[in-house]
Amino acid sequence: MERPNWAPGDIDLERPSVARVYDYWLGGAHNFAADRAVGQKALEFMPELRDVILNHRAFLRRAVRYLLGRGVRQFLDLGSGIPTVGNVHEIAQTADPSAKVVYVDMDPVAVAHSRSLLSGNDRVNVLQADVRDPASVLSSPEVNDLLDFEQPTAVLMIALMHFVSDDENPIGIIGGYRDRLAPGSFLAISHAGYEPDEETGSYRAARAMYDRNVTPMTYRNKVEFTKLFEGFELVEPGAVRLPLWNPESPDDLDGSGRPFPGFGAVGRKV
Amino acid sequence: MTERVDHRVRDDRSPLDPAVLAGAESFARSWATAVIGSSYVPMTRSEVAQHLQDLTEMLVEALFASPFRTAPGYEIGSRLVDAHFTGTDTLGRTIQLLGDDLLAELGSAGDDRLRSRLAALQGALAAGYARALRERTLAEQEAIRAAVLDARDQAEAMLRASEARFRAMFTEAAIGIGIADIEGRILDVNQALQDMLGFSVEEMRQYNVRDLMHPEDAGSVWRLYDQLIAGECDHYRAEKRFHRADGEQVWTHLTLSLVRDDHGEPQYQVAMIEDVTDRHLLQNRLRYQALHDPLTGLPNRALFLERLGRVFNNRGKHLRAGLCYLDLDGFKVINDSLGHDTGDQLLVEVGRRLDHSVSGEGKLVARMGGDEFVILVEGSTGEQDIVDVADRVLTELEAPIRIAGHELSVSASIGIVERELSGTTSADLMRDADITLYWAKADGKARWALYDPERNAREVARFTLSATMPRALERGEFYVEYQPLVRLEDSTVVGVEALVRWQHPEFGRLAPDRFIELAEETGLIVPLGRWVLHKACEEARRWLVEFGDAAPFVSVNLAVRQSRDPELVRDVKRILDECALPPHHLQLELTESAIMGTADEPLEALRALCDMGVRIAIDDFGTGYSNLAYLKHLPVHELKIAGSFMEGLRAETEEDPVDSQIVATLVQLAHALSLGVTAEGVETPAQAARLLRLGCDTGQGWFFARPGPPEDIDSLLRGDL
Ligand SMILES: C[S@@+](CC[C@H](N)C(=O)[O-])C[C@H]1O[C@@H](n2cnc3c(N)ncnc32)[C@H](O)[C@@H]1O
Repeated sequence: MERPNWAPGDIDLERPSVARVYDYWLGGAHNFAADRAVGQKALEFMPELRDVILNHRAFLRRAVRYLLGRGVRQFLDLGSGIPTVGNVHEIAQTADPSAKVVYVDMDPVAVAHSRSLLSGNDRVNVLQADVRDPASVLSSPEVNDLLDFEQPTAVLMIALMHFVSDDENPIGIIGGYRDRLAPGSFLAISHAGYEPDEETGSYRAARAMYDRNVTPMTYRNKVEFTKLFEGFELVEPGAVRLPLWNPESPDDLDGSGRPFPGFGAVGRKV
Repeated sequence: MTERVDHRVRDDRSPLDPAVLAGAESFARSWATAVIGSSYVPMTRSEVAQHLQDLTEMLVEALFASPFRTAPGYEIGSRLVDAHFTGTDTLGRTIQLLGDDLLAELGSAGDDRLRSRLAALQGALAAGYARALRERTLAEQEAIRAAVLDARDQAEAMLRASEARFRAMFTEAAIGIGIADIEGRILDVNQALQDMLGFSVEEMRQYNVRDLMHPEDAGSVWRLYDQLIAGECDHYRAEKRFHRADGEQVWTHLTLSLVRDDHGEPQYQVAMIEDVTDRHLLQNRLRYQALHDPLTGLPNRALFLERLGRVFNNRGKHLRAGLCYLDLDGFKVINDSLGHDTGDQLLVEVGRRLDHSVSGEGKLVARMGGDEFVILVEGSTGEQDIVDVADRVLTELEAPIRIAGHELSVSASIGIVERELSGTTSADLMRDADITLYWAKADGKARWALYDPERNAREVARFTLSATMPRALERGEFYVEYQPLVRLEDSTVVGVEALVRWQHPEFGRLAPDRFIELAEETGLIVPLGRWVLHKACEEARRWLVEFGDAAPFVSVNLAVRQSRDPELVRDVKRILDECALPPHHLQLELTESAIMGTADEPLEALRALCDMGVRIAIDDFGTGYSNLAYLKHLPVHELKIAGSFMEGLRAETEEDPVDSQIVATLVQLAHALSLGVTAEGVETPAQAARLLRLGCDTGQGWFFARPGPPEDIDSLLRGDL
């Protein structure tokens, strides 16, 4: 990283940002013309994209609820994005007001927005950092002042790891977090991906457009996805297509019959 | 939320009948199916259904309410947005579903009054939805713009903080830092650099980097500078001196770095400058100490050699140079008798006088150690220059030196070398000066000697010989020749003289005069003489066996040192025994000086040998000083008259009366003492005839035979010749 990540040059409203495009897909208005243009374009190539995004978001909700049920009260949400609705702290603190959440993102606008939204909440911290550098995330005051790593903690990587290429050693990065966690802690990941024979023309077109205009993504098949959980034991039902991970009702399932282009799983540190 | 709806129902209207409620429920289910998936709502499907059920009930109530109001429709639209039903299709599907299904579900499909009420509510719902969505959108847009501003502020604050940190680092750094543009214009310097050089920032800004050039800068400093400015290198280190504002100098370690712009073009130069003046001065002091003699303060050997080396390296500067190598005469005596303190003070004073007498450009006085000093003269024009220096020194040392109540007179010996630098080396110069100093000593001290290459060559040859002699003996490079001693009366060979020769691998065949003296000096004469004696006795024995009574005795020379060797008698006896040679077959020749020497011991030895039956001859008789009265008491059998007396007897026709008289007298003298007489150097028949006439007993010389291998003697004895 040549330029320090706080450099003002990073805040370029003409350049689509991952976080704001995502917000656009989720129906938010925390975005600018450039973000909407790209988001719109991708939807044209792949109309089901909105549904895909909703599923990631829904997985987040189900996973957090599941983790609350397992007694977890600390959450480290990596690549947390722009707070839209149904954020981790809303879900967690509704269940237990003492639950603590640290949001981490490298997008300075997403972080600034999160901060202003959460300024009154002393059980939530927001950190601007690159999650690919676990050491600096874990040594930051934002994380250490709030989280007690002696206690079970959940690390969330929702719709994040497909922005980390294999060259960047994703397993090593995750290992950096894992090593700091107490046994009985959890890792939840949702990830874009499909098996090689499932790629359609519309996927390809949407991907290419996104890679070119926003940021390149790395799709992983189920085997590759599962490898990310090194040092964790997957909880039921293991690594599955996102909608199939502990659905809340049969209605949650996608009725289309097509394999969903994304996997989810929750692992427990052994 | 549900609470509030219920409350309203109770407040404003009569309860709905169950059929209507069931219809509302059914409608809510269809509604959920229509909108789910069109928006992200953080609710499960059943939660969504419940939420829509509540809204449906509210709508139904409004439909039947009296008086009829559209406000609840507006409220429902607004609530849909609040619950995040904001997908693009949500409103459209909702309005459509209301129009198509609601009245039918309620069982009032044909009621026109209700249909118009519903239409009004649909409009209100759309308006409420639109308004809420617009508000939310505006709020979110505002929030995200605010976030952008925050993020920028934050980034700028961090940038400012970082700049402040860097500025603090720059200002507070203990190391001097300066920044200049690529033309060398100084832009900023920190406090440390201002203090180091004594200029303020304002003053420094007047300067260009090139103004900081120092005459002592190594060429590389500015060569690298040019390369850096040209972008060819990114940084370099150098040792560099600067002038301070107050005229003093600062020694520094400089690191200069190039800063490039985004396109890689050279933009700034940054200098980091560390003041190492103290270290430098300390190093200088240490170096001074390492290169000077602590006693006299003069340069020491190391510095002298360094300077001498430099003279040779800068040959272009001077063509010639000279050295005086000087050593005090008898310093050891002073040191031993008056103590080291006195000796040291003497050296200090000598050093002072030397320094005083030769100070000047291109001259260096150094103490080499002990009482040795050396004077180097660079750029001399000839030997006389150095001789003048040496004379001055000797004069300067003439005045007695007072130390602790003693009036000490010292003198010095000086070796002088002066020559062209090309064709010689510093080591040659030193070695030759050292040798010459030795000559000055050997020649009598308190003087100078001038290097003489021929003398040196001779000495070198001598040295080579004496150094190679021991090995030569081992390797059998020596051999013995024999020259007959002939009885003049009847020309019988009565004896042979053994003469040692050296077949030198380099110099060829060497006669004894080339090496006997050296052998005496080195002491090798003793083993060499013993070897000759043994060899000669072996031959004598052989002749005895072969020729019986006709066999000659061997006459072997004894050097002075041999004659004084305490082992002499035992050696001779052992050799005679080993060779089984009767003692009277051996004659030992000694010079007058060896025999007449004052010591008694040699005489004892001679007596013992004499008693043993060995013949003793005095060699070269008449050339040295002989106490004739004493001769009578000596154990001597034979006098050998030196060949020089034969000169006057050699001519056929006339003879030199003096020589002839001397020989006659010597013969008479010998006979008076009952000694035999041998004449050496007999070269002509006339000499032989005259000697016979004068009564001489034996002759030796080329007239009879030249020295030769033992086989020649064999032939002689057999009468082959
Ligand atoms: C697709 S969004 C997901 C947001 C959120 N987790 C959710 O599920 O709604 C991915 C987010 O990850 C952030 N992100 C991507 N790479 C990151 C990195 N290396 N370090 C920190 N954040 C990163 C982006 O800025 C973006 O906000």
